[in-house]
Amino acid sequence: MSSHQSRRRKAEQIRELIQREGDAVHENVSRLNQERYETTAQFDEYEALRTEARAIKEDAIENLPTLIETLRESVDANGGTLYVADDAADANEYITSVAGSTGAETVVKSKSMTTEELEVNEALEDTGIEVWETDLGEFVLQIADEAPSHLVGPSLHRSREDITELFEAEFDTDRPLDSAEALTAFARDFLGEKIEAADIGMTGANFVVADSGTITLVTNEGNARKSAVTPNVHVAVAGIEKVIPSVQDLEPFIELISKSATGQDISQYISLLTPPVESPTIDFECPDEPLGSGDDEREFHLVLVDNGRRAMREDAELRETLYCIRCGACANSCANFQHVGGHAFGGETYTGGIATGWEAGIRGEEAAAEFNDFCTGCSRCVNACPVKIDIPWINTVVRDRLNGEATPAEFDFLVEGLTPDAEGSVPLRSRFFGNFGTLAKLGSRCAPLSNWMTDSGIVRSLMDRYLGVAPERDLPEFQRETLVDWFESHRPHTPNASPTRKVVLYPDSYTNHVLVDRGKAAIRTLEALGVHVELSTPIESGRAPLSQGMIRTATKHAEKVTDDLAPYLDADFDVVVVEPSDLAMLRREYETLLDDDVDPRIAENSYEVMEYVYGLLANGANTDSLADPDGPIAFHSHCQQRTLGVAAYTEAVLGDLGFDVITSDVECCGMAGSFGYKSEYYGLSMDVGDDLRQEFASEDDRRLVASGTSCTEQMHDLFARDVTHPVELVAPTPRSG
Amino acid sequence: METAIVDRFASSLSDIGVTMTTTEPGDFAATVDGVVTEPAVGIPLDTEELSLADTVVETPPTPRHLQEAETGVTAAGKAIAEYGTLLINSDADGTEPVSLYPPSHVAVVCESDLFSTIDDATDYLDSRLNAGGTSVFATGASSTGDMGALVEGVHGPKQVTVVFVEGL
Repeated sequence: MSSHQSRRRKAEQIRELIQREGDAVHENVSRLNQERYETTAQFDEYEALRTEARAIKEDAIENLPTLIETLRESVDANGGTLYVADDAADANEYITSVAGSTGAETVVKSKSMTTEELEVNEALEDTGIEVWETDLGEFVLQIADEAPSHLVGPSLHRSREDITELFEAEFDTDRPLDSAEALTAFARDFLGEKIEAADIGMTGANFVVADSGTITLVTNEGNARKSAVTPNVHVAVAGIEKVIPSVQDLEPFIELISKSATGQDISQYISLLTPPVESPTIDFECPDEPLGSGDDEREFHLVLVDNGRRAMREDAELRETLYCIRCGACANSCANFQHVGGHAFGGETYTGGIATGWEAGIRGEEAAAEFNDFCTGCSRCVNACPVKIDIPWINTVVRDRLNGEATPAEFDFLVEGLTPDAEGSVPLRSRFFGNFGTLAKLGSRCAPLSNWMTDSGIVRSLMDRYLGVAPERDLPEFQRETLVDWFESHRPHTPNASPTRKVVLYPDSYTNHVLVDRGKAAIRTLEALGVHVELSTPIESGRAPLSQGMIRTATKHAEKVTDDLAPYLDADFDVVVVEPSDLAMLRREYETLLDDDVDPRIAENSYEVMEYVYGLLANGANTDSLADPDGPIAFHSHCQQRTLGVAAYTEAVLGDLGFDVITSDVECCGMAGSFGYKSEYYGLSMDVGDDLRQEFASEDDRRLVASGTSCTEQMHDLFARDVTHPVELVAPTPRSG
Repeated sequence: METAIVDRFASSLSDIGVTMTTTEPGDFAATVDGVVTEPAVGIPLDTEELSLADTVVETPPTPRHLQEAETGVTAAGKAIAEYGTLLINSDADGTEPVSLYPPSHVAVVCESDLFSTIDDATDYLDSRLNAGGTSVFATGASSTGDMGALVEGVHGPKQVTVVFVEGL
């Protein structure tokens, strides 16, 4: 199949999935996300505990071999058995041998993603053992023969009506199944009998404590409690990464996991089991004998699974994945996931942003190839993760490895022309989007011809076919006169004889070549507030290649920008950036890309333009020359701007200057850089954008305002209206020229 | 005992839909009889002042009780005021299954059993778990959202009631 055909097929699959599961996924995932925001906002210790939890996980993974030995001693001392399985086959062999040696016929399970990963149900069933999932969501999947669509709510892609239909077809019952209450009661009774009859109870473990041999289970339904305490034999299965040193280390995780996962202060049940448990055995065949009267004894097996995890621990980039506590917050905070769910944004077992790390680590990078693109790098999951995993970075790294980046010099592809990419090198389209800086230079140089070309139906049809650029999208319109041209040729420099501050404005590719007016407005505003402004060299920040997984190219850009800014920083300039995604490069990504070579002054001294204006106003700058409000505003802040915590400054400045502002609360507009331009993702991008469209649907009298270029393009497509940058609202009226 | 922590506990329980009935040792048996639905099963309490002997609650538990009792009565080893969380300590008498199987759980909490926060309970848990013990933090009724809407009363109790004993 050609790439063009496979893109069309993927677009079709996404469309079907959105149609089938989109409504239920959107409702459930958005609700979990909203409730997380509400709960964590009221929890003062949230940030401190995230830091603590991160540190505990870092140490635990560092000391994992020692911890596993400590755990082995603890489990032995308690009277249980620890088995460390190398891979899925090894784990399944051990579990089926336990079942064999105890003569088990039936197994009841509580929810465990790790057993999904192992496919232990199939292994047990192959030996003739009956297996029942007792978590109601997993039970639904078992009946439907489906894979989980979410780490925490495995069946949240199904509506109540779906489940009624499913159960009515599966079970021969006279009971009505036409409400959530009726379905719950039916499932509880059905599974209750299975639990009472079961020979083995199998659970996962959210955390395993090395010192005491305690396993922790976090649940709401009570099925894990029943599964662990009712059968005499308990088998717990967990990845080796779940081990933490001591009981003292549990508290931050108990506080964080439910808040992050479901927005509950605490889940209904947090079981801290130190098996074999003291609870008496329960023999339902002797119903009137007191509990524990028989001579049955409890038996406990803890199966810790490697299955690629030790190799992940040795992999500097994937290692962070092992800190994951599988709360699903990264999926919930992801605009794409909210619309398409885990059956698209997920691999064989794991779902959401972190799935890329898990699937790549367990099954190899190829296992993440199909869904890795759904991570747009918008970064909204970064602050949601309770253990501070840089999930976009893991996605970028895996994309980079899948690309097999052959270190193309950044101008190569233009020199080569639009040649089909050689095997093992970066796909042509990635190079097209990844080299946006070069493209923009060429675009401006050839404007308006370049814009007429890209307006042509034939050209767009070719771009769709060979590059996968959605023909529905307007392409950026390159300006013949760049911001740098304008700055150098049209104006007397240094209007402020005795400036309060010195700023070097970083001319990002969009502001320099496409949305030039916002750059001019930024300069006029800063100068009106008494600042001396210079422009740095227009070097693309590395955002464009990074978003395509071209890490080495991005790193080169980062090095060049760093070198270019150094003299300004030496001379005590502040760095001001208009485009939020480029600001995020300077503030966040450069540290990861450049590691020890990073110049910390860049992150410390770079500001989003409205953040900087806020600072100037707070320090008493005179606002007389700024423009007065001329009507109400509907403002959509950029995803990365919100992650960096700087969106609030725009709202504050506009509010202080008397603007009537409402702000959107969607996670992302759906465009997310190049994502919405890609043919196969155009439909999803517009579906995501529809949330924003609905939010501002009745705001026709408000001027649309956005900080990011891609948000501007998306809102233009969603509303067919002009979109303005906030700084253009406050900038003084331009002088002639 | 400061009243602040008791008030906080009461308010947390109220937030999660758990009824709290306050009593004194002298009125304990009558209070228990007032809140249970029969048939009720329980675990004998481990204190001199409190007993289930003079109540309608049957002891010791059998498998039939687990299947048929409407109410299970147990002590909560400790409780956490911040979230209205009960610490159900597993024991050889069967506190864990009796608190879990019947549709209604009545937990006996003494005033001195209260911790303010989870952090405050950590040392207690540390020594308990390191001695091989098992505890469950139970907060409100069991619930699920997996059937298309939030439903209370799944595999665990649908209703939780706290009998709070002042002065102990």
